[in-house]
Amino acid sequence: MGKSDVCLRGKDLLGLQNMTSAEIELILDTAREMKTIIDRDIKKVPTLRGKAVINLFFEPSTRTRTSFELAGKYLGADVCNITTSASSVVKGESLRDTLLTVEAMGVDLIIMRHAAEGAAQFAAGIVKPLIINAGDGAHEHPTQGLLDMFTIREKKGTLQGLKVAIIGDILHSRVARSNIWGLSKLGAQVHLAGPQTLLPRDIDALGAKVHKRVEEALDGADVVNVLRIQRERQQKGLFPSAREYARIFGVNSARLALAKPDALLMHPGPMNRGLEIAADIAYNEHSVIAEQVKNGLAVRMAALYLMLMGGSQVETIN
Amino acid sequence: MKRLIKGGRIINPADNTNMVGDILIENDQIVEIGENLRCEGAEVFQADGLIVAPGFIDMHTHLREPGLEAKEDIASGTRAAAAGGFTTIACMANTKPVIDSAILVVGVNRRAQEIGVVHVKPIGAVSKGLAGQELAEIGDMIAAGAVAFSDDGKYISNSQLLRTAMEYISIFDGLLISHAEDETLVEDGVMHEGSVSAMLGMKGRPAVAEDIAVARDLLMAEYVGARIHIAHVSTKGAVELIRKAKERGVRVTAETTPHHLYFTDEALTGFNTAFKVNPPLRSAEHVAAVREGLRDGTIDVIATDHAPHAFEEKDVEFRYAPSGFPGLETALGVILTTLYHSGFMSLQDLVARMSSAPARILGLEAGTLQVGHPADIVIFDPDQEWQVDPQNFWTKARHSPFEGVKLKGKAIATIVAGKFVMCNGEVLQ
Repeated sequence: MGKSDVCLRGKDLLGLQNMTSAEIELILDTAREMKTIIDRDIKKVPTLRGKAVINLFFEPSTRTRTSFELAGKYLGADVCNITTSASSVVKGESLRDTLLTVEAMGVDLIIMRHAAEGAAQFAAGIVKPLIINAGDGAHEHPTQGLLDMFTIREKKGTLQGLKVAIIGDILHSRVARSNIWGLSKLGAQVHLAGPQTLLPRDIDALGAKVHKRVEEALDGADVVNVLRIQRERQQKGLFPSAREYARIFGVNSARLALAKPDALLMHPGPMNRGLEIAADIAYNEHSVIAEQVKNGLAVRMAALYLMLMGGSQVETIN
Repeated sequence: MKRLIKGGRIINPADNTNMVGDILIENDQIVEIGENLRCEGAEVFQADGLIVAPGFIDMHTHLREPGLEAKEDIASGTRAAAAGGFTTIACMANTKPVIDSAILVVGVNRRAQEIGVVHVKPIGAVSKGLAGQELAEIGDMIAAGAVAFSDDGKYISNSQLLRTAMEYISIFDGLLISHAEDETLVEDGVMHEGSVSAMLGMKGRPAVAEDIAVARDLLMAEYVGARIHIAHVSTKGAVELIRKAKERGVRVTAETTPHHLYFTDEALTGFNTAFKVNPPLRSAEHVAAVREGLRDGTIDVIATDHAPHAFEEKDVEFRYAPSGFPGLETALGVILTTLYHSGFMSLQDLVARMSSAPARILGLEAGTLQVGHPADIVIFDPDQEWQVDPQNFWTKARHSPFEGVKLKGKAIATIVAGKFVMCNGEVLQ
């Protein structure tokens, strides 16, 4: 279905806003093949042997960085990590100079996480190695969006016509934005809910439906994606207390019962059990939270492969 | 030394002149304005097809000297002004050190005479060190030649300080210029709040922050009976508040900028730091309201808010970049392209908002073409098409939101006190 025209080789992966649905589907289809590698006894394939990939993280991260690192290693690439919590301004070296240094080492692909929105796009404009945006401020986190879509599609067969409720701190969430773009492109309807203080003004312009009450978003939902609430948001006065948040906006079994009986429960992690998600439902029969982690690896393998080596077809990797 | 400018269309809003004619200059003064003037031995400038107008006055320039010369200095900033057709610029106080005492006003004036090519009029700080706490020595600065007072870049959050400043400045019938954005509402904000900021995930500076700040300033000016000038008006709400205040007799004047008349916040989608400015580029609804406010006279002045920065300061992540960009060399082209060639406003009204209006507000003997007055003149071609290339700027800055934009209208010559300081794009000193 026109997929033969689609090719991600040599392209950056900066966000889902500017990707076509065909490009997204190519990654999701390829990830299905990649997932079989993870279950093998010998996980290493030589596909990306001789390629150098660097994790350049300006924000602390364990799961995303590890997921990318393993994704590269399973495919045979050399992967190393630079983690620095300081912003370029604090550190005294500009982001441009850091990137030029990394480029000079001959890497083929840079996976970058940064607190500033647009940082990945800035990097893509400076250096030749391909860039994967592993999160830029509250802007986008495309591989998280892709893994969420992969998880839903795997369980539901399709994204078309599904009601996906995203609950929590939308304002500061790059996960929410990537999900909104990606899910909408593949035909799902995204509903957002959380305290209004954590909902960006005019976010409906992205094509999502916004609710002030969590219950409205959950009603009849096929998927419930609960976002992490960072405790410093409370210190900034955006909601009065963790206790009140959990009572009014937290997803618990009673609220989850408003969704469809076979609804999926998702969370990008790390979870605050008892805050945005009740402890007793985190790993219940609806939950696909552990599966999301595995799928994240598969999606990242697919992205690395398609960007560095891929053609326009889904291929079986041996 | 006599100079004769022949055959141009003379537009002088101060006395509603709009005619094809000649201007004779002797030394630093205009000595005759009329048709078919003749003068033996005068150097003749043929201005056929060009507009001859009072030299533009920018009441909102950041010259960065003293202390921030990596961004700009008085030599480069005044050359940028000359290139853009400006003959007088008023420079803001947020230098290092802050222009908050008479000796600094004197110093800027002296440097301007030594190395500047256009007239420079310092604006003093309202508060010492722009700290928003104690009143600066305003009377002393007025005696030294300060033309207005502003903590520009910062809102005077302390309402008591604002009241005191207004009362004190009004002793001298001076002018307070307000950068009106409520600080608590724009903290950490980097762009207009709306659908584009929602999309980009960037913290917004909501329009209501400007509306609230303007409302307080207007109420205080009304209560005290003082003059107030609102800098860089960018919101629909601010325009409406100022319009209503003028109707009930508040002594308010206002300016907006070429960039707030030209761009919307859609320009931010590429995270290009060249577009980062305070107040931010607004949505289309606000741009339309600001244009209308300029047309109906609610907004008196077009000012550049020329705010250059060094390359390395702007060459960072959007969040960390300083706000502002140079504007002196693009202002005329942007204004003519946006408002004149579109038929939105007349040339005469636009010239007024860049010359006679700022002269009136600042109390300057400038902004008019009159016999016996200093010969501060701009000659421009309203139809010349050109493309903005910051590499060709006279300012030190090499960034501009207008980079690559095709404009129609360009200054051809700038005459300051009877001398050509710019001709055909070349600054002559």
